[in-house]
Amino acid sequence: MKSLKNHISLIIALFTVLFSVQIYVAVDRTIEAYENRLKNDYSIIVVSNKALTATEFKAMDSLIERSESIATDQVLERLKGEMTKKNLDLLKLTLPKFYRLYLSRFPTPQEISKLQKRLEKHSAIERVEGYAQTHDTVYKLMLLFKDVVQIFSIAIAAVTSLLILKEMRLWQFQHADRMSIMALFGAPVWLRSAVLFRLAIVDAIIATIVLCLAFFMIEQYGWMDLLLRTVGISIELFDFVNDGVRSLLIALGVSIVLTLTIVIGNEEEE
Amino acid sequence: MDKVIIAENLSLSYKEFETIISKASFSIDAGSFVFITGASGSGKSTLLKSLYGAIEPRAGGLMVGGVKMNRISTSKLNFLRRHIGIVFQDYKLIKEWTIEKNVMLPLIISGYTKEVSAVQVQKLLGHVKLIHQAGKYPPELSGGEQQRVAMARALAHNPILILADEPTGNLDEYSSEVIWNLLEGANTQLKTTIVVVTHHIPSSISVPYKHFHIEMGNLHEIS
Repeated sequence: MKSLKNHISLIIALFTVLFSVQIYVAVDRTIEAYENRLKNDYSIIVVSNKALTATEFKAMDSLIERSESIATDQVLERLKGEMTKKNLDLLKLTLPKFYRLYLSRFPTPQEISKLQKRLEKHSAIERVEGYAQTHDTVYKLMLLFKDVVQIFSIAIAAVTSLLILKEMRLWQFQHADRMSIMALFGAPVWLRSAVLFRLAIVDAIIATIVLCLAFFMIEQYGWMDLLLRTVGISIELFDFVNDGVRSLLIALGVSIVLTLTIVIGNEEEE
Repeated sequence: MDKVIIAENLSLSYKEFETIISKASFSIDAGSFVFITGASGSGKSTLLKSLYGAIEPRAGGLMVGGVKMNRISTSKLNFLRRHIGIVFQDYKLIKEWTIEKNVMLPLIISGYTKEVSAVQVQKLLGHVKLIHQAGKYPPELSGGEQQRVAMARALAHNPILILADEPTGNLDEYSSEVIWNLLEGANTQLKTTIVVVTHHIPSSISVPYKHFHIEMGNLHEIS
């Protein structure tokens, strides 16, 4: 019973570390998906006095992925009743060209500003509208959210690591007699500590399985997915292969490093 | 005759405390039986600890089984200990291990196969008349039985040297006699060097022995 209690304490602590890391990864993934969505929705409007090709735009800045010409027909259609055909043709000839520029990725506010300046330098371009103000607010909010989650995850990982270390100190006391007796008969450190490492490895594996089950349940219930869909995002919260392997490696890493700390700190009884 | 232990002007002390053993010079022949006596706190257990490397010499030289004990490395010490059997007054058995596994400990450490270890353990448990207790745990056994297990463990890997610290200190007369017989048997039949730290040399001892006495930190050989 006592042994089970020791196992549960370490498993819970390891699970908390893994969960906080996974939450950070999921938030990062959400933000990336949101950035992608913003990127698709976001475009810069350019007014030019002559026709420009996509290649010309791309040559101005590598951030530009493609350009789309904005048709002026609809505007001219509305003016049909009010103007003569001659004047309308004249207007059509003098009307500037409108372009919508799509970018290869979601830009930072600085990048938008730079891009705008570069475009404005071109002799044919008369006006550029980047909607920087709206874009800037959304982006800053996103970064703030990411930072808060990161700080929160680091704090949780630090506190739980201390708890794990404390738990392992208890293990050390429990196994101190056995370890010192083994040392008296010439057992090398790895053999003396084999039980500690075995316990740590087993608990790391169990904590990873519990994490996988927790995310499986979250995905099964689908409420998280529903929440993300309301903001137009669909992401994989937990990739059972990649995230599972990463979580296992983190759990093994944390528990083995902490066991090593205990083993190295264990002085032989005289 | 080969010397298993050679001490020259050996001084021992615990950190921050006064010298416990001062400039002791002695040697112990291979296959001999040695008693170290002295009053409580005279330093006999400290001397024994230095022989298995739990305490480093403060000054002087000490060689055990051809290994220099001054500033000995951990790997060398582990190697030496794999050739020594130690018996303690408080048995020092691993409580959560069965009697069988406790006796097997030196064999596990020395890397013997499970099959070889199992045969050796059965033989030794038969020798100390505890074969029927093999699956039990140390707290289930009496003090005398636990010390017999400790003896079996000390003999398991055929050590060149057995160090015993008050091996019968906590035992009744019958159990004490069993332990002395086992130590004598190891000495006469296996030619194992035996060094025993004790308050009194038992009158039943039939093998020739060497006797050192410690008084006021000085070691003397008694003829």
